Amino acid sequence: MNADLLSLFLHFLMLSLLCVGGAITAAPEMHRFIVGQAHWLSDTQFTSSIALAQAAPGPNVLFVAVLGWNIAGLNGALAAMAGIMLPSTTLVMLATRWARANRESIGVRAFTAGMAPLTVGLFLATGWLLAEPYVSAPEHRLTSLALITATLALTMKTRISLVWIVLAGGLLGGLGLV
Amino acid sequence: MSEAKARPASLLALYLAFNRLAVQGFGGVLAISQRELVERLGWLTRDEFVETLAIAQVLPGPNVVNLALMVGDRYFGLRGAMVALAGMLFMPFLMIIALAAAYGQLASHPVVVNALRGMGAVSAGLIIATALKLIPTFQRNPVGRNVALVLSGLTIIAIVRFQMPLPMLVLGLGGLGMAMAWRGLRR
Repeated sequence: MNADLLSLFLHFLMLSLLCVGGAITAAPEMHRFIVGQAHWLSDTQFTSSIALAQAAPGPNVLFVAVLGWNIAGLNGALAAMAGIMLPSTTLVMLATRWARANRESIGVRAFTAGMAPLTVGLFLATGWLLAEPYVSAPEHRLTSLALITATLALTMKTRISLVWIVLAGGLLGGLGLV
Repeated sequence: MSEAKARPASLLALYLAFNRLAVQGFGGVLAISQRELVERLGWLTRDEFVETLAIAQVLPGPNVVNLALMVGDRYFGLRGAMVALAGMLFMPFLMIIALAAAYGQLASHPVVVNALRGMGAVSAGLIIATALKLIPTFQRNPVGRNVALVLSGLTIIAIVRFQMPLPMLVLGLGGLGMAMAWRGLRR
């Protein structure tokens, strides 16, 4: 068991620096290792771990904690989270300080300004990818689109707390209306 | 670039702010981060938010976690970064472990599946709204507003239509944006 914990920790430690764009981008590699190679989880367990983390509050990286939990309980969750967080956190701290010290330099300004359109485009694409499975299912298309439109209107035009909109979406869905 | 006027009063205020936005962030924390840090607390201007995210995005690790580290470090150094990180992860970690422990019985229940679909559609709307709110920052971008809009559009096509991996995207469209920003800044 301890050997498993260590190899889980080390594998996630190695993946950490490859997770550019969020831990979810390393999901295919995690799947290969956890399901295909180590046989710690089944395919379904792996997928439902990710779905659970997407629906729960908090950063999506917590799907790593759920994977660890399903493999080895609380110790597994802690080992997996520590592995995925340590290297990237260290690098972010170093890079942030360097960028702040050089924030007036033309290189850093060109970098942040040049990346901004990409960032906005990434958000819109993420929104599309999240919406796509609902919108492409004919029986849910119109209601999903209506819910997305209502969310846009409420978020852009009012200052209503976002958590109420999410809970309202969950309620409408639970009542079978979406 | 104008700087944000407000700042966290203490490490506790920093912890509570990130805890508050993390536990509200169903289906991702980005939309709520913008709402809380920019609109409610005023710790970052919209421009600072976009620029901080631009850096958070290209570094490994979750964007929102990187954002927490960067904001915490800016006000209280390493201690601030660790406190913001703890605020972002501690409560959601406990909540998700509790959910994972209960999930076996819940997963296949049709009401749960339907509720998750409703919440998923709202999450999609929230992230689209966040992006739309950031578009006005293009006015002050050295690449120019129209070029920035085209770059955003190309990014969407590259991801949705061609499933382009992020490193390629950063080097390609990101590199193009940076080159044009460089040219704009030199003038």
